[in-house]
Amino acid sequence: MELFIRYLRPYRRLLLAGMIIKLFGTLAELSIPYILEHIIDRIVPAGRIFPVLLWGFLMIFMAFVTAVLNITANRRAVDVSSRAIYDLRGDFFRKTMHLSGTRFDAFGLPSLQSRMTTDSYNVQNFMARMQTMGVRTPIMLIGGILVTMIMDPSLSLILIVLVPLLIAIVILVSLKGVPLFDKVQRHLDDLIRIMRENISGIRVVKALSREDHERDRFNAENDALTQSDILANTIMAIPGPSMQLFLNGGLSFVVYFGALRVNSGQTRPGVILAFLTYFNLIMMSVMGLNRIFVMFSKAKASADRMQSVLSDLPDQPIVPDDGTSDDTGALIEFRNVDFNYFVGTKSENALTGISFRVKEGDSLGILGPTGSGKSTILHLLMRFYDCTSGKVLVDGRDVRSYDKDELRRMFGVVFQNDIIFADTISENISFGRDVDKAGISFAAEAAMAKDFIEEYPDSYLHKAQVKGVNFSGGQKQRILIARALAAKPRILILDDASSALDYRTDAALRRNLRNHYADTTMLIVAQRISSIKDMSNIIVLDNGRIIASGTHEELLAASPYYRQVYESQMGSV
Amino acid sequence: MPGKGSRDTVKERPKDIKGTLLRLIRYTMEDRWVLLLVIIFCLISNALSLFGPSLAGKAINEAAAGQGRVNFAAVRLYVKQMLLCYSFSALISFLVNVGMMRAARKLGRRMRRDVFDKLMKMPVSYYDRNQAGDIISRVSYDIDVICTSFSTDLVQILASTVTVAGAFIMMLLICPQLIPVTLITIPVSIWFTRRMGRITKPLFSARSVIYGQMNGFVEEMFSGQRTILSYAYEDTVSDAYDEINRRASDAFFRSEYYGMVMGPSIGTISNISLSLIGIFGALLYLGKIITLGQISSYVLYSRKFSGPINEIANLFSEIISALAAAERVFRLLDDAEEPPDDRDAIILTKPEGNVQFDHVSFGYLPGKTVLHDLSLQADAGSLIAIVGPTGAGKTTIINLLMRFYDADSGTIRADGHDIQKITRKSLRRSCAMVLQDSWVFKGTVYENIAYGKENTSREDVIEAAKAAHIHNYILTLPEGYDTVIEEDGGNISKGQKQLLTIARAFLYDAEILILDEATSNVDTTTEKQIQGAMRRLMAGKTCFVIAHRLSTIQSADLILVLDHGDIVEQGTHETLMKNRGLYYRIYNSQFS
Repeated sequence: MELFIRYLRPYRRLLLAGMIIKLFGTLAELSIPYILEHIIDRIVPAGRIFPVLLWGFLMIFMAFVTAVLNITANRRAVDVSSRAIYDLRGDFFRKTMHLSGTRFDAFGLPSLQSRMTTDSYNVQNFMARMQTMGVRTPIMLIGGILVTMIMDPSLSLILIVLVPLLIAIVILVSLKGVPLFDKVQRHLDDLIRIMRENISGIRVVKALSREDHERDRFNAENDALTQSDILANTIMAIPGPSMQLFLNGGLSFVVYFGALRVNSGQTRPGVILAFLTYFNLIMMSVMGLNRIFVMFSKAKASADRMQSVLSDLPDQPIVPDDGTSDDTGALIEFRNVDFNYFVGTKSENALTGISFRVKEGDSLGILGPTGSGKSTILHLLMRFYDCTSGKVLVDGRDVRSYDKDELRRMFGVVFQNDIIFADTISENISFGRDVDKAGISFAAEAAMAKDFIEEYPDSYLHKAQVKGVNFSGGQKQRILIARALAAKPRILILDDASSALDYRTDAALRRNLRNHYADTTMLIVAQRISSIKDMSNIIVLDNGRIIASGTHEELLAASPYYRQVYESQMGSV
Repeated sequence: MPGKGSRDTVKERPKDIKGTLLRLIRYTMEDRWVLLLVIIFCLISNALSLFGPSLAGKAINEAAAGQGRVNFAAVRLYVKQMLLCYSFSALISFLVNVGMMRAARKLGRRMRRDVFDKLMKMPVSYYDRNQAGDIISRVSYDIDVICTSFSTDLVQILASTVTVAGAFIMMLLICPQLIPVTLITIPVSIWFTRRMGRITKPLFSARSVIYGQMNGFVEEMFSGQRTILSYAYEDTVSDAYDEINRRASDAFFRSEYYGMVMGPSIGTISNISLSLIGIFGALLYLGKIITLGQISSYVLYSRKFSGPINEIANLFSEIISALAAAERVFRLLDDAEEPPDDRDAIILTKPEGNVQFDHVSFGYLPGKTVLHDLSLQADAGSLIAIVGPTGAGKTTIINLLMRFYDADSGTIRADGHDIQKITRKSLRRSCAMVLQDSWVFKGTVYENIAYGKENTSREDVIEAAKAAHIHNYILTLPEGYDTVIEEDGGNISKGQKQLLTIARAFLYDAEILILDEATSNVDTTTEKQIQGAMRRLMAGKTCFVIAHRLSTIQSADLILVLDHGDIVEQGTHETLMKNRGLYYRIYNSQFS
């Protein structure tokens, strides 16, 4: 609710004006049956043509007034909601862009995406409909009841008793039905997952001749889905007919009591007729209320999901350096760092007691098995996460004391499975920074990407498709490395960034880095020893701890693990 | 079932409306008696609800006698009849709705089952040709559209037909002179709806296109969030988003701006029709042609009459999109299946593992040959390594051997039998595969390893896990072997996923083993650890190994060097090194 109020507030004048117009539109609409009753009951029996025509044209006039007012109001509603949703989507996008690694992980990528797309869509639709249906329906309901009360208060009592009953049915059924639909949705998700699994694993399924097994699995889920769907829809089939029954039953009573009252001279027969019309109107508005209720519960769930991201507190405040970090002259320093992705749970630390220093212009290689914490070190250095204990220093200052942009501007980085965006190669390399053409082609040349890029007829203006699917793995990595190099960063970070390059290209790339980027401090994570053996220092990680460090030669002599990896890669088994 | 709003999908018109409709009707014939009953009930229920107003009218006529002269016996009778009529009508309409809904859901279940059955029979090439999302939307979207339309639109058509016809007859009986006044509004509203449709349709299509672009942009940027932050690119990206967001908001506004005209305009047309009836009715009364009561009933029925008429345009477009959806489903059901096994195909039992390629040529696309006249001989128990640059056709050899694809010319033999003359099931059963993209499904670790091997014991599964060096890791998982792996192994690493599939191959224990980059995601240490186990796995089996890292295949009995679909070199490691050809060059580039 809070979300609706916050984003509609800037447009409250427009909103209010629209709702007032809608109010008048609805009143005009209500007047039409009233005029008709008036014509039939009073004007016609008088037997004069002129008043009939006069009232008749008034009615047609009111019909046009209704249309103009309602259309104006509806358009205003759309205007307000499209502005409000523009603001909401923009805020949500910026907020998500700035989430810390911890918070981003907590929400999860697919969930953030669906909040941004499906949920914002639900909110938007609700905002638009609410301003029109939300005014019209209650006015119709109240107006309908009021008119009948004026006509005959005692007869309208029947209605007044019925309406809460109807609303109760609607709410009860919705309360029961909505969770059932959640269940249907879950079954549907499972069914689709089974399909997706089979499509991606069709070779395995066929190789192992498991088609029958998969068919059984699918059919079991298909049956469960159908069953839950039938149950949910059976419940939802109750309100329609039962509302009709109640209202028509009520109508029958109106006729009976109306006859009684006519007999005792308390009312006229025309009133009973008018009731028929208004009953219809009231029935429609109760059904409308039902729709609003369902829409609201859906939109509220969506709004809550968006709100929880928007109101997520920043968890990485900038804290001033406490001055205890005596400058050791190193550009990068990890001082006894522990880190846990899930602080407060029983899960093991991802990093334990990590300490190392890298001087400006030096290089550090990081080696270790999958899951040993190599990438985590890089994430802490760039402050996507904050270490649980210990300290990460850049240039002698705690990374937590930097403005994030100031800190990150020092780096050129390629992550594991990094992303190429659907844009030109040139824009993918310069990436919003002030890099000129010469800079781009210099970086591309160093990254061994120049040759294949310039083979395209449109060269650097060649467009990458989403996720760079039109490039091979090796081409993607070379573009990414060019991106990292383009702004001549102080610190270059490559996380398994050349795994798809063949050995020759990889060697040439290393030569270029040595020759053209000698002043750049490098942190390189790799599986291949050849990629890191020339580094000024190498650390070997296992299970989040440093188990060995030194130069290539030192490690060959001192670390059995390192030697083993080296030998297996060099083929001397 | 929730589906996408029909407004937001660009509607595709079915190509063969009549054929699709007939086929859809045939599809529903399984429930024909239920359907017939539902249709009859539907007619009754709507006819009954038409009686209501006329009974009310009679009762009011009795009441109209005025003060002290009302015949209460008659009023009571009519009111009782009204109550009965309405209760019966409500009950029947509930039954109709539920009956129709059940029939529709069962139709949906049948269609989903048939689609999945069909998918299981499709050749692998079908999956290579079609996008997963596209195939899935047959089930997630199209079948849903068909069902929804079937359960609601059909009832609505029946109900509307009865109501419109009934109301028309009643109006005709009450006052034929007023009929032209009522009818004149129908062409007006149909004309108006169609005209508006022509204006709004392109606007709604444009809107769904821009929403698609916006969602694509969001997905891309969210998945690259970390990279964007690293380069402080977020402001540029956010500005780009503002632009696309602005266009999306505008598209929404434009389409709804016209869309919002619809409801009030249709309302106005029926209000005008009402006014005209009032005016002309009054004139007819003044001419002493009809009574006041007749005008009232005529008004009531004219409301019943115009309601469904206004819905016709919507209904029609819903049905058209349902038919288009049905057509897409049927197109899938009609697609070519994997041809059945030869009638005299043999079942390969206890194969020795001899494999022979005899002048095999193959291309995925006509005119684009991938393998040219390839021949090779793999003796039972030998280790064949296939190396070569990307795109040389290494994986294609596996695709042909497993009969995921059939060769264009030449023969492939297993144990001397042409594999075309062996049942697919038994051929595939004699091969175990570990692929580069390890496939796991949502299920326990145990189920994932045991997949493919029926009636296996827990001990065997644990044995296989130990052999693949993943047993210890499994024990660290919260539920051990009963830990549920998320879809596509979301909660375990790529390397662990690959080890799981290696364990699966261990358990499967087939005579022919296919390793396509089987350890590409396993780090070198682990790879080294499982090397002994791999050797045990490979012992006595015919093995086809595709590998980038040449260190893993130096002990092969035969190394085939593939380039552009031709075997350019073959021999052992030593002879190939001596030849100083392509193999020598690749080897040196890795180890210098």
